[in-house]
Amino acid sequence: MSYLDMLISALGQGTIYAPMALGVFIAFRVLNTPDLTIDGSFVFGMTACAMVAIAGHPVLALFAGIAAGMLAGLATGFLQTKLRINAILSGILTMTGLYTVNYMVLGGQANLYLQRLATNESGIQAPVASKTVYRMFAVAESGEVSALVLSGLIVTLCVALLAVFFKTRPGIAIRATGDNEEMVRSSSINADFTRTIGIVIANGLVALSGAMLCQQQRYADLGNGSGMLVVGLASVIIGQALFGKRGVTAGLVSAVAGSEIYRIILQAAYRIDMPSYAVKLLSALIVTIALALPLAKEKSVAWSKRRAGERESSR
Amino acid sequence: MSAQLSVARLTKRFEAGTPNEKVALDDFSLEAGRGEFITILGSNGAGKSTLFNAILGKFLPDRGRILLDGADITYMKDHRRAASIGCLYQNPLRGTAPSMTIEENLAMAYTRNASRSFFAVNRRDSAHFRELLAGLGLGLEDRMKTKMGLLSGGQRQAASLLMATIAKPKLLLLDEHTAALDPATSVKVLDITRKIVAENGLTALMITHDLDMALDFGSRTIMMDRGRLVLDLSGRERADMTPRKLADLFHSRSGHDLSDRTLLAT
Repeated sequence: MSYLDMLISALGQGTIYAPMALGVFIAFRVLNTPDLTIDGSFVFGMTACAMVAIAGHPVLALFAGIAAGMLAGLATGFLQTKLRINAILSGILTMTGLYTVNYMVLGGQANLYLQRLATNESGIQAPVASKTVYRMFAVAESGEVSALVLSGLIVTLCVALLAVFFKTRPGIAIRATGDNEEMVRSSSINADFTRTIGIVIANGLVALSGAMLCQQQRYADLGNGSGMLVVGLASVIIGQALFGKRGVTAGLVSAVAGSEIYRIILQAAYRIDMPSYAVKLLSALIVTIALALPLAKEKSVAWSKRRAGERESSR
Repeated sequence: MSAQLSVARLTKRFEAGTPNEKVALDDFSLEAGRGEFITILGSNGAGKSTLFNAILGKFLPDRGRILLDGADITYMKDHRRAASIGCLYQNPLRGTAPSMTIEENLAMAYTRNASRSFFAVNRRDSAHFRELLAGLGLGLEDRMKTKMGLLSGGQRQAASLLMATIAKPKLLLLDEHTAALDPATSVKVLDITRKIVAENGLTALMITHDLDMALDFGSRTIMMDRGRLVLDLSGRERADMTPRKLADLFHSRSGHDLSDRTLLAT
């Protein structure tokens, strides 16, 4: 595989997971809420998408995935705001419940290929691959390039819509909810409502990622969701490390960039023969290091100051 | 003068039925006329902040009624009644969203009165905000794109004050809103307070521990003790009052001194 192919493959993956990074950014950075629904809503988007895609509507399937994720977000939002359950626990409860739901959606199995049985000309029943958006959209000779372009268009649309939305009145109300909920209430806005809408949007985006992955790999798998939250966080943190903490629009763009860079890092790791099962550990390490970096910086500055001070006084 | 705020026989007990039971408001009644500015004195635990929280709907009272501009708001949800009540606290961080710009913060607070527009920040409202900010005399009108979190405590409190009053509330509540500021900034914010209240003809209640300030501001001073109203001064009686006489009066009415925190100018 040439370097260019590897880059295209990494970017393709990064773009598919970019909506999820956007969702994590909205939940963790904009709303300031640790939302653990993400692992579940990713798969929910995947399973809902699979069913509709198998029924023969790949475009509709993406929307079905988004709707499924939003529903999951609504459940978490309800637990958080109406039942006043701790944010982390709310997410865990929804995620746990979703496992059963996803299992049921796939008809009681852990994975499902996007195909259906059809009788061919010779009267034999054989599986026929379902249409996917990626198959329908062929702009380049290479399937991977086409996929990258299509995913890129979807992500660009998402970023543009979100950037505009966060400047509208409901948008700034959601941002303010994460910043200072009391101030939102005193502006006579129902903060429970804005919080719930924020979580719904975040999970809709996460599920869109699941739906895109489902159509790209042509199967849905219940195991695909585990560790998604850490992957999303890694993307957001990498993006932030590169672009800094700026406005919300910059944050959205940097989340996408973070997702791409994260995949490039993984691709490079595979290149040096990292086994695929090591991905999760690598992700956890990236997040840990990125989170520890500011403190390490602070400590090293303090250390060198102390050293300099001691040298001065011993003179 | 018609009553803008009418608090009738309000009672609130915390931890009722336990040994820690505390009567925060005890059959408390107060009428504030339209445009009246009342200062509230009282030692810690007298029920001043509880009164504010009851008016704001942070909890429901055990008994009593709260009427604002004739409408019964006793059981109205807190964020609903917030449309007609502005409130400022001691902590300047409470009233503003730090990672949003000054402009966006004002746009948030202005939601109920804003011009219809797709984007929250629009030219017409911004021009209005700029004018209001210029009125503060802090140079904030040129920093509208600055994040609120970068302002000093005094600037943030002044901006909070603007936010609390920008939607022309029926009532303004000030809970020791300058107590956390340094003396010079405090004076500045108080001047701004006076100006905004006067310009908009706001009905306002202000909690303070400063006897001088209590007599200097507004047209009426009340004192609370153990959830009750123990003193209500206005007109001639108030004009002749000195901080010293006020402290003595409080002592005779309540049977104990004002707290140490109360500043007594001698």
